[in-house]
Amino acid sequence: MDVSLGAAIFSLDFWIPVGVLAGVYTIFTLGLQLQYGFTGLLNFGHVAFMAIGAYTSALIIFHLDPTITIPFGLFSWTVPQTMYASLAGIAVAMLFGLLISLPAIRLRTDYLAITTIAFSEIIRILINNLRALTHGDQGVFGFAKDVTGLSRKVSDVVPDIGPIEVNKNFVLFVLVWLVVIILFVFLQRVVRSPWGRVLRAIREDEDAANALGKNPFAYKLQVMAIGSAIGAIAGVFHSWHLLFLNPGQFIPQVTFFAYVILLLGGVARNIGIPLGAIIFTAIFAGTRSLTFWPLSLLSSADRAAVRLIIVGSILIGLMAFRPQGLLGNREELLLDR
Amino acid sequence: MDELLQVTVNGIVLGSLLAIAAVGLTLVYGILRIVNFAHGDYLTFGGYMAFVANVTWGVHPVMAAAFAMVMTITLSVSLEFGLWRPLRQRGAGVTSLLLTSIGLALVLRHAIQWGFGSNVLRYRIDVFQSYAFGPIRMSLNSIVVIIVSTVLIIALGLFLSRSRRGKAMRAIADNPQLAAASGVNTDEMIVTTWVLAGGLAGLSGMLLAVLTSSLEINTGFVFLLPIFAAVILGGVGSPFGALAGGLAIGLITEVSTLAVPFQYKEAIAFTVMIAALLIRPQGLLGKARIL
Repeated sequence: MDVSLGAAIFSLDFWIPVGVLAGVYTIFTLGLQLQYGFTGLLNFGHVAFMAIGAYTSALIIFHLDPTITIPFGLFSWTVPQTMYASLAGIAVAMLFGLLISLPAIRLRTDYLAITTIAFSEIIRILINNLRALTHGDQGVFGFAKDVTGLSRKVSDVVPDIGPIEVNKNFVLFVLVWLVVIILFVFLQRVVRSPWGRVLRAIREDEDAANALGKNPFAYKLQVMAIGSAIGAIAGVFHSWHLLFLNPGQFIPQVTFFAYVILLLGGVARNIGIPLGAIIFTAIFAGTRSLTFWPLSLLSSADRAAVRLIIVGSILIGLMAFRPQGLLGNREELLLDR
Repeated sequence: MDELLQVTVNGIVLGSLLAIAAVGLTLVYGILRIVNFAHGDYLTFGGYMAFVANVTWGVHPVMAAAFAMVMTITLSVSLEFGLWRPLRQRGAGVTSLLLTSIGLALVLRHAIQWGFGSNVLRYRIDVFQSYAFGPIRMSLNSIVVIIVSTVLIIALGLFLSRSRRGKAMRAIADNPQLAAASGVNTDEMIVTTWVLAGGLAGLSGMLLAVLTSSLEINTGFVFLLPIFAAVILGGVGSPFGALAGGLAIGLITEVSTLAVPFQYKEAIAFTVMIAALLIRPQGLLGKARIL
């Protein structure tokens, strides 16, 4: 058992799913970067939008199983369910983002954090108990026919690339990182635009931004909506990755992980996010699978605990010694006010 | 009617426990500007220390409670000197301290998991005894919780309103500059705050495990958000507010089960907290203030 796991670190079968996870966390945290890194909104309920995106899209397919066919003269195109179910998930998450923003974003940072984390717990409790809709903690399966179908088609057409087997994980890996690149380019343009400069102005001095005729409340609402949508995209990918959803996947700890990634990569530095996510998921995968000393002394249950002790220590260490993160810019740091 | 009486009693039991756990959190929040997300894990730590004394060593629950308090005080005071004070000296702000507490919470919780495993543990206390008072039934556990909490709430009220230290603490929480200018020794008060917060957390952690007759690594963290709700409802930094807020949240949580399925009771409590922030952000007893 241990020998095979030791060999796993050289195997792409092992690393490609880890890469998918890193991609999901990158998307998830890019949404948080816009809210916290650039605008200073300490959103501690980000996981709720991942849950809403994942569950909305999965439940539309699971319960309604609808088909939409668009006619083109003699031909017609049947829209893949997954496509519009995902868009619906993103839209619903945006609506919820606006809903929680109305009471929350007028509040001071620490109150915002507590309000949003409470909101994410309310969402999780609802998902856990609206059993007729969500199946509660038994979870939802069987919503990813399109995704598994697509990956089967791709693996039929595309030959294996050297040691890389073209399978569902590989297809998802390519897809998720494609979306990361698109989002990254989009967000870089956004934060460098005049609109993005207003966000930083709000972060640095809300009253000054207000005095210059920019309405901070409107900007924050927009940021919450966009961030929620990005969180929902991460949720949709998460559901395709696991092919199974249950409310236990959306505990507040997931939001905390995103903060670890954000602070590791750098506050207000988008390029830091994929780096932070890769380091973070590598720590998780590494402590699960590496077998050399001193990790060989630990049982798998101990490793689950030690892994999170390491993550927590990284967070404390960053706050003490390098609050701007690996790639962050000290001048852009709003933490110490 | 009997039902209402029963859920009210349940609410008071839960509320009195929330109240004593919330006083420590609100004082740390008010005096040190630390929104301590590790506070729930201080409770868990106390619960496990009581377990060591009560089950591993087989001592009486009262001694186990004392041990839990001493150990949690040791933890919270050591963390003040080893973590919070150095961070403050580096000029860490509210957000840095908050994020640090998240890291600390992860470390504490999983260090406990590493040491004790993830199984649900129980104290050597008879959990099946219960007593009827007219139409109300109370388990021995909840009777113990309500007696201990009531005594503590009265003691805390006297300490905060009558003693020099208690008044100084409230003064710092209210306005640190003014308190320092009036000759309050801030450093000494900070240690006193951690002693109080640690002792109350250790004891309420044990009481929480007694009340639910189960102890696991998430015991305290699950309780953290209701504690925050109590702190916010009562007004941050106000210990009397936290006592009132704790009772209010406990009552709201339990009484809501008459109208809404009991699985949603925490969600109701959180919704009340968010609504309270909207309507009266300074808390039930707080002074009007812009947040």
